[in-house]
Amino acid sequence: MDTREYILANVRKNQPANHELPGVPRFHRQPELLVSEFERSLKYMAGEFLASPPSDFAAYLRENFPNAKTICSAVPEYAGDRKPEDYRNWADAADIDVTIVRSPLGVAETGSVLLTENQLRVNTIGFLAHDIVILLDPKDIVENIHDAYEHRAFRESKYAVLMTGPSGSADIGGKTVHPAQGVMTLTVVMWPAEL
Amino acid sequence: MSVIDQAKNAAEFIEDKTHEVSFDKLIWMLRQKRDEAALQVPEWEQLRDLASAIKEHTLANLGPYLELFEANAKRNGVTVHWARDGHEHNQIVYDILKSRDADTLIKSKSMLTEECGTTPFLQSRGVKVSETDLGERIQQLDDEPPSHIVGPAFQKTTEDVAALFSKVYGSDPNKADPVYLAHVMREHTRPLITEAKAGMTGTNFAIAETGAIVTITNEGNADLSANAPKLRICSVGIEKIIPNNEHLAVFVRLLARSATGMPITQYTSHFRAAREGGEMHVVLVDNGRSDRLGMEKFWPSLKCIRCGACMNTCPVYRRSGGLSYGSTYMGPIGIITMPTFEIRRYSELPFASTLNGSCTNVCPVKINIHEQIYAWRGVMDEKHQTPSLKKQAMIIAGKLLSHPEAYRIATQSTETALKVLPRFAIYNHFNVWGRHREVPAPANETFHEWYRKNRTH
Repeated sequence: MDTREYILANVRKNQPANHELPGVPRFHRQPELLVSEFERSLKYMAGEFLASPPSDFAAYLRENFPNAKTICSAVPEYAGDRKPEDYRNWADAADIDVTIVRSPLGVAETGSVLLTENQLRVNTIGFLAHDIVILLDPKDIVENIHDAYEHRAFRESKYAVLMTGPSGSADIGGKTVHPAQGVMTLTVVMWPAEL
Repeated sequence: MSVIDQAKNAAEFIEDKTHEVSFDKLIWMLRQKRDEAALQVPEWEQLRDLASAIKEHTLANLGPYLELFEANAKRNGVTVHWARDGHEHNQIVYDILKSRDADTLIKSKSMLTEECGTTPFLQSRGVKVSETDLGERIQQLDDEPPSHIVGPAFQKTTEDVAALFSKVYGSDPNKADPVYLAHVMREHTRPLITEAKAGMTGTNFAIAETGAIVTITNEGNADLSANAPKLRICSVGIEKIIPNNEHLAVFVRLLARSATGMPITQYTSHFRAAREGGEMHVVLVDNGRSDRLGMEKFWPSLKCIRCGACMNTCPVYRRSGGLSYGSTYMGPIGIITMPTFEIRRYSELPFASTLNGSCTNVCPVKINIHEQIYAWRGVMDEKHQTPSLKKQAMIIAGKLLSHPEAYRIATQSTETALKVLPRFAIYNHFNVWGRHREVPAPANETFHEWYRKNRTH
């Protein structure tokens, strides 16, 4: 018997008695302001929050990332120095100082934003960059993780990540410090998609 | 292999007060943060019930769910492999790497690959394996196994890590600052990530309905391991399957809060198919799980989502250090799983517990951990795996407790003896309890004596 057949036969032989699969409630509390809940949660995870698009985005970037030489933009709102497609070898994205990308979904409960290959195009630009600025339409914020998992990206994308604040680690001393292997800072800008 | 003497290992660990105190403090802080996080979610207990029921349903139908997962993963272009044990798993991984000339592999933390001994297997065959999780990397550099399933290096103080990094990377040995050390790690690990030919991760959840692999991490290293190189291998214990995304939501809400008290980890990542221009392999690993599924008392341990909450709350774990268990999984969850791998070697572990039940109370998937620990003691006894001293003591205690007269005489004479015997006689070889603790001061009278004086009927 090959390994697959052996494992499946042994599993079938040993399965315990059936238990019903429960339905999962949505646990909505309907907070009045999803945006402020999102802001609170994001800041708890050491993310930065901007309530509206800066009037001069280029000046904002210069001011907040004064040492940035390479800005990779995956959005039409800003040209940047590079496009994701410039990185034929995905590991080369390590030279990016700031990545700018739009997220199609935010989660108020946790301050998370969704990114998939559709937004990133070259997935590593979301991790190898020094800093990341994420545009999010406030209308795309849902209340909790249960709502988030209804998004089609989790059924259709090759890769989907709920990214929450900058990379960190609590492995030394048990308290989370930044950075780890991903971005050093993460900023979410409330930026309506139709603007 | 010889029997792991957890008590002896723990005694060695607590000889060093610095580590005993700092470990206990850190681990208890995690337990407190877990409580705070749980209190902020009004439906917390309902989520635990749901998580338990979802896991029980999936395990009761694991065969069909495994086949559904396999079919969907294949439809997504993923190559699915099956491994009966750790050796088969390691051989599959090695064959994939070898056939693609991949001699450098970056890994993110995976307890399953620890269980399978994957890194030494690959290294002995010429593959350069680099851990990219900070804690796991620290342990790799110091040639030590993990001491905690969530924070592998928790047993080390910040000063230990500063000294280690100084030796390996030449950083400042006197700068025992976690932020500085995190920067040192990033600087030295980044090149390994960008130059590796293959990446490997474990799995927190495998979704049957979508064929996706889910990893829950803080550092971004799993996403880099999976996206930077074109070749990506993912090891999956067969018990990690859950039906669909609706159920995943329950576990995502519970896992980080139970582990560290954070509402979520920085990266909750879903890999349904290979990156553009790449290939993705999934290795489904049994390694004793399908046998455990048939153990009437012990199959619920397969519900475990590896949060470590049972370890953080366990007074024995906190005061023993994680390495004292001599096993891949440690603390309460280790006690009830390790004997299924090797009963003789781990026959002492079920006795490393006070049976206080706190592990069961914090478990997000409601595994009856303390009841299983007790049941394992029974198994060890039946299979003659209980050490003779412990067994003789239990027989004597059993007789005394079932004969009230004998019990009263024994307690009275013990109280008297404790008052008059010299120290060397009390703290003798057979007094295991007194090896690291002071015996309480003897009472002037037993409860029975007091009761007779103060109550008439």
